[in-house]
Amino acid sequence: MVCRSNEFMKRSAFLNLLLIGLFVAAGGVGCKKTKKPVTPLVSMGSRVPGSGAERRGPITPPTVPEGANVGGTEPTVATPLTDPSTGFTPQADLETIEGMIPDTAHFAGQTIYFEFDSSVVRTSQYSQCNAVGDDLKTKPEAKLMIDGHCDERGTEEYNRALGERRALATREWLIRYGIAPERIFTRSFGEDRPADPGHTEAAWAANRRAEFILLLPPK
Amino acid sequence: MSRSIYSLGFALVLFGCCAGVGTRAGETERIRISAEAWSTTPPIPIAMSGYSGEVDRVLRFDLEIAGFKFVGESDPSCQYVLKGGNSGQVEGRLTDALKRATLFAKAYSGGSVRGQAHALADDVVLAVTGKPGIARTKIAFKVTHGQTSEIYVADYDGYGAVPATQDKSIATAPTWRPGHRTLVYTTYKLNNPDIVSHDLDTQERRVVARYSGSNISPAVSPDGRRVAMVLSKAGSPDVYVANIDGTGLKQLTRTREDESSPCWSPDGRMICFATRIDGRRTLAQVPSDGGAIQRIATSGVVNPTEPDWSPDGRYIAFTAQMGAFEICLVKAGGGEAKLLTTGEDPCWAPNSRTLIFTKRGSGGKRFLSLLDVPTKQSKDVLQNIGISSQPSWAR
Repeated sequence: MVCRSNEFMKRSAFLNLLLIGLFVAAGGVGCKKTKKPVTPLVSMGSRVPGSGAERRGPITPPTVPEGANVGGTEPTVATPLTDPSTGFTPQADLETIEGMIPDTAHFAGQTIYFEFDSSVVRTSQYSQCNAVGDDLKTKPEAKLMIDGHCDERGTEEYNRALGERRALATREWLIRYGIAPERIFTRSFGEDRPADPGHTEAAWAANRRAEFILLLPPK
Repeated sequence: MSRSIYSLGFALVLFGCCAGVGTRAGETERIRISAEAWSTTPPIPIAMSGYSGEVDRVLRFDLEIAGFKFVGESDPSCQYVLKGGNSGQVEGRLTDALKRATLFAKAYSGGSVRGQAHALADDVVLAVTGKPGIARTKIAFKVTHGQTSEIYVADYDGYGAVPATQDKSIATAPTWRPGHRTLVYTTYKLNNPDIVSHDLDTQERRVVARYSGSNISPAVSPDGRRVAMVLSKAGSPDVYVANIDGTGLKQLTRTREDESSPCWSPDGRMICFATRIDGRRTLAQVPSDGGAIQRIATSGVVNPTEPDWSPDGRYIAFTAQMGAFEICLVKAGGGEAKLLTTGEDPCWAPNSRTLIFTKRGSGGKRFLSLLDVPTKQSKDVLQNIGISSQPSWAR
């Protein structure tokens, strides 16, 4: 039952977003349609411009001089696609954020909070997510780490998975908001890093959260 | 001989159950089944004399958690008598009062006094039950100090604890690689929850899984060759399996839910884990080579997590969250669950009889405790190094 209502909330949240998106688009302000570079995906039997002639050309000698640019001239960019069976979008490789400098203070005011044992991003938390998304749109060179956290009222490894779901749900929200999936990464701390070390309702509520960490390219 | 005592107690309990519910035909079958699996076995009476100080304390701890109870030698129920001493080396002579036979007489030398006492306790367990004892086994667990945690290794009673990690980061969810002095755990040392294997002899650490997202909850297969774990790189926490060196990664579940705490069946064919099906939290299993997910029923309790399959394959111990955390048992195929005691994160000893688990005290204090499942006798592990949780028994 809980799950169903969560599903419902997710769906209605998504619809809300769609409506907001349409409204904004109609108004002709901000929120441009995706800035993602169109990535041509090569599949079996498809024709990639410029490659047809080469395929029919002389057989490439088995040895290729080092550094030679064989085939196409444009560098290939791989963009993770949403898995239709789960509706989730895979994360880019960790190497793509290697060496980036984390700024934990930048989004410190945008931490969002969750209900007990839930990973649903509540409508009351949308304004913080909006702020993060808008800011990221002005910083195309920056990336984002989302840290998921839990209160102490679950078992430890269950909480570590739940914290990850919270971070991932927040990530999916931002992807729908128009942030490229390859810019957003997640981590779970489970119950290991409470914001409030107390054992009260108030402490637990403060600990069920997702924190946003801005990742800046090295200078 | 011990077997006859066991089966006698067993038969009495069985008889009592069946007799008690004779008029309630509908429940008879169910209770008869559960009587076999869940009845509390009476502890084995033993008389002990001649020991002092630490040796006396070690022997009492070891034998009580192995299912014995101490009685006077003149007690009519007393079948076994252990006499010896520890002035100089530890010595022991175990006799069977009914058979009027000496089962063994040994002196122990080398190692620590505690080690000698543990060896004597293991000999008593082997002589009486025919099965190896657990007094000289090791555990690994997590010790939390504020915002950081380290993995420690200790004797099963908590003595002799030494840190395996000293990273001042978060190290969590330790698990042993069966048959090796190697731990596999999650560390945040490289600013991401990554799974590493850690050879305790060479101190060499190798990354098993360091993908984007969280790499958590590792469990090594009984043959020591594969690791089951939860990764979220595909966008949702799912169960994966890989070779111990991280190669050959394969995704086993592909759900919208958050899978957690995979564990292996002793034959290595199945992986049991916690998930949610149709909105309800449940245990489930999936073939370790891939295949359909199958629910494992745990009737009578809710919110099961942290399963651990007994090494003999018969039971799955797990935590149910029902207000408090409860340690529970279910037959490996699923069915009615049995509440054992309050606590969480159970892990089986190699004897498929003793559980180690985490208890919560007041103010967030956590410590480890042992439970002898057949007799329900319980003892807390030594607490002197801080908040302890997530025990894993070397096996």
